[in-house]
Amino acid sequence: MLHYLLRRLGSLLATLLVASLIVFLVIEVVPGDPASYMLGMNAQPDTVAALRSELGLDKSGPARYLEWITGLVQGDFGQSYTYRTPVADMVADRLWISLPLALYALFLSTALAFPAGIWAASHRGGPADTTVMVLTQLGIAVPNFWFALLLVMLFAVNLGWFSAGGFAGWEGGLLAGLKSLTLPAISLALPQAAILTRVMRSSLLDVLGEDFMRTARAKGLSERQALLRHALRNAMIPVLTIMGLQFSFLIAGAIIIENVFFLPGLGRLIFQSIAQRDLIVVESVVMLLVFAVVMVTFLIDLAYAWVDPRLRQKRR
Amino acid sequence: MKKRFRLPVLLFLATAISQAQAARTDLTLGMQLEPPNLDPTGGAAAAIDEVVYANIFEGLTRFDANGRVIPALASSWTIENEGARYVFTLHSGVTFHDGSEFTAEDVKFSIERAMAEDSTNAQKQLFANIDSVEVVDPHTVAINLTQADGNLLFNLAWGDAVILDPATAADAATSPVGTGPFVFDKWVQGDRVEISRFEDYWGEPVRLDKATFKFISEPTAAYSAILAGDLDAFPNYPAPENLAQLDADPRYSVVLGSTEGETILAMNNATAPFDDVRIREAVAHAINREEIIDGAMYGYGTPIGTHFAPHHPAYVDLTEQSAYDPEKSRALLKEAGVEDGLTVSLKLPPPAYARRGGEIIAAQLRDVGITAEIENLEWAQWLEQVFKGKDFNLTIVSHTEPMDVGIYANPEYYFQYDNADLQALMTELAGETDPDKRLDMLQQAQHIIADDYVNGYLFQLARTGVANSKLKGLWPNSPTQANDLTAVYWED
Repeated sequence: MLHYLLRRLGSLLATLLVASLIVFLVIEVVPGDPASYMLGMNAQPDTVAALRSELGLDKSGPARYLEWITGLVQGDFGQSYTYRTPVADMVADRLWISLPLALYALFLSTALAFPAGIWAASHRGGPADTTVMVLTQLGIAVPNFWFALLLVMLFAVNLGWFSAGGFAGWEGGLLAGLKSLTLPAISLALPQAAILTRVMRSSLLDVLGEDFMRTARAKGLSERQALLRHALRNAMIPVLTIMGLQFSFLIAGAIIIENVFFLPGLGRLIFQSIAQRDLIVVESVVMLLVFAVVMVTFLIDLAYAWVDPRLRQKRR
Repeated sequence: MKKRFRLPVLLFLATAISQAQAARTDLTLGMQLEPPNLDPTGGAAAAIDEVVYANIFEGLTRFDANGRVIPALASSWTIENEGARYVFTLHSGVTFHDGSEFTAEDVKFSIERAMAEDSTNAQKQLFANIDSVEVVDPHTVAINLTQADGNLLFNLAWGDAVILDPATAADAATSPVGTGPFVFDKWVQGDRVEISRFEDYWGEPVRLDKATFKFISEPTAAYSAILAGDLDAFPNYPAPENLAQLDADPRYSVVLGSTEGETILAMNNATAPFDDVRIREAVAHAINREEIIDGAMYGYGTPIGTHFAPHHPAYVDLTEQSAYDPEKSRALLKEAGVEDGLTVSLKLPPPAYARRGGEIIAAQLRDVGITAEIENLEWAQWLEQVFKGKDFNLTIVSHTEPMDVGIYANPEYYFQYDNADLQALMTELAGETDPDKRLDMLQQAQHIIADDYVNGYLFQLARTGVANSKLKGLWPNSPTQANDLTAVYWED
C-alpha cells in the first residue's frame, strides 16, 4: 500500500510540473497585452510602458516563470494585474462559493442518481426502467443553462421564492447562503445526475450477471439483499470514476451557470480574467484547478483501493 | 372584548401605513461590467467612472447631466494671461472621507501625479498642455499652461482628473477616498460595490443612504434580475430585445437617452484599398444606416453623418452626404477600377453593436461587390491587432469619449487619417477660447472629415436604461460614463 501511495504521489508531482509549464506557455502565446487593455484607446505609449514595468511585464518570459513558480511553491499566488489585490485572497473568496456549490450539486446528483440507478437496474426492462432511461436521456440532452433560465423564470420571477441570482453571503447565515445556491445547484446537478444514473444502472447490470451473484442468490439471499450487499459495492468503481470527473468539472466548469446566476465564483473569475488578460490570475487559478483535479483523481484512486482489495494486493 | 384589541390594531395599522409611505433610501443598480479597480486616474475602464464619478470622487469642474461643464471643487475661476493661466478659487470646509482637509496642495499633487513620467493615467493627454500647478494660498490654485487652451475646464471635468489625497492616493484602486457625497464601504469582487452617504459632505446632501452596484454581465440574467426585483435600475440595460415588454409594464420605466458613442465603420486610410477616397465613399454609400439600427440595435440609435454627437450644439447633420445609394457605390468602385470585386477584412470587437452590425454591413457591402471577411476578436486582441498593430481593413467600434473629433488630427491613430488642414484647424481650436469661433471651427472639422469619407459613420449609440418607475433622478443621457447618484431619490 505504501509503495502504491508513493508511486501515485510521484506521478502527481510530475503532472503538476508539466502542467505549470504548459499553462504558462499557452498563456504567454495568447495575443493581447494586459497593460494596453487596462489603459484603453487614448493611452499614450509611455503610459503603457510605465504600467508594464509597474506590473513586472517588462521582464523576460523565463524570469517571470521562475518568479511565478517559486511563489506558487511558497504559497504566494502573485498579485492580480487588474484588481491589484493578492490572487490568493481572490481565489479564497471565490472558493467559498464554488466549493459549496460543487458539493451541493454533487450531493443532489448523488441523492438522485443512486436510488434511480438501483431502482432501474433491479427492474430491468420494466416500465420503471424505461421511465428512468427516458428521463435521463432528457436530462443529458437539455442544456443546463437553458434549464437554469426556466428555473429562474418559474421560481424567481413568477413565484418570487428565490432571487434571480447573486450570492447572499455566508455572513447572513447558512440557510441564506444555501438558498442562493439552490437554483444553481439544481441546474448543475440534473445533467450530472442523469449521467450518473445511467452509469450506476449499467454497472449494476454488469455485476448482476456475474457468477458470484448467482451464488449469493443460491445461498438464499433475496434479490434485494443480494443487490445491496454484494452487487452495489462491486459496481462502485465506474461510478466513483465518474463522480471524481464530475466533481472536478463542477469546480471549474460552472462558468456558464455562474454567469446565468451572476455568482462570483471561480468560473466567473477565470472568464473575466481571460477577457481582461489578467494573466497572473488565469495562470494561478488554472494551476490551482489542475492541482484540484489531480488531487481528486488521487483520492479516487485511493477509494478504488478501498472498495477493491485486489488493487491493494497486486502492488504489494 | 372587541374594544380591547381595537387600539393595538389601529396602532399597528398606523405604523404599517407610515412605514409604507416613508420613501426608500437604498438603491441597487445593475452594471454589466465590473470595474477592474476603483481609481479613475489609473485605468481606462468605463466601469470605474460608472461607480465613482461624482459619487466618491470630484474634480475642480465636472459634467452635469447634459454634458455642460459646471464648477465642482472649484467655486469659481478667472482666466488670465490671454488664456494661458487659470486661477481657481476652491470651496472651503471640504474634507476627504478620512477626515483630512481638502486644500490647494491636493490639487497640485493630483495633477502632478497624473502628469508624472511614471503616471498610469489613461488620459494623460488631458494634461499635456499644463506647464505648472501653483499653490497661491490654501484655497487658491493656479494652473499655468504652455499655451492658451480653451479645453482646460472641459479636460478637468473628466473622471481621470479627479482630486485625491496624497495620503490615500496609492490605495485608491481598492479603497478609494475622495471628497464626494458617498463613502466607499465594501467591494465584494465579482459581485458588488457598496457605498453610503458621507455625512460631512460639503455640498448639497444626497437623499440616498446607501447604494449598491451589482455586476451582471449576462443580458438574460439582467432581465430576470429586473423582473425578480433584485435590481432597482439598470442604467445601461444590455438586452434591448425586451425593452418593449418592460416599457409596457407599469412597474418599470424605460429611459432612452443619448451617449457620447459615435459608432463607426472605421477604415484603414493608410493602406490599400481604403487609401483611395473613392473606395471609402463607395463604402459610405453602400451602408444603409436604418437597416443597421433596426437589425442590430432593435431600433435604438440616431444616424450620424460625421464623427460628432447629434445632441451637441455644434453638430451638423451630414447624413445626406453619405446617404444609402448602392448605384452610386457601384459606380465609384468602377471608377476606382475595382468593379471585379474586392475582398477586405472586417475585424469585430465583442459588443453587440459590432458583432450584429458587422453581419448586416457585410451583407450590404456584398451587395455592391465588396466581400468583407468577418473576424471576431476579443477586446485584448482588438487592441493589439487593430488599434495598436493597425492590421485591418475595416472594423466597427463606438468611440465613447466626449468631444473626440480631435483624434482625426493624429495621423498615428488607428484609422491613420492624415490631413494637414484638419491638423492645423485642431491646433487653432485648442488655443481658441471664444465660444462662437470654437463652434464654427468644430463645424468645419465635421465637414472636412465627411468630405474625405474617412470612416463610415453609422449611428450614435443610444442609452437604454430600465428603472423602477418610482425611482427618480438618474441621468437619462450619458455625457460621460457615470452613474451620478447625487440627485437620485424614491418617490413616495
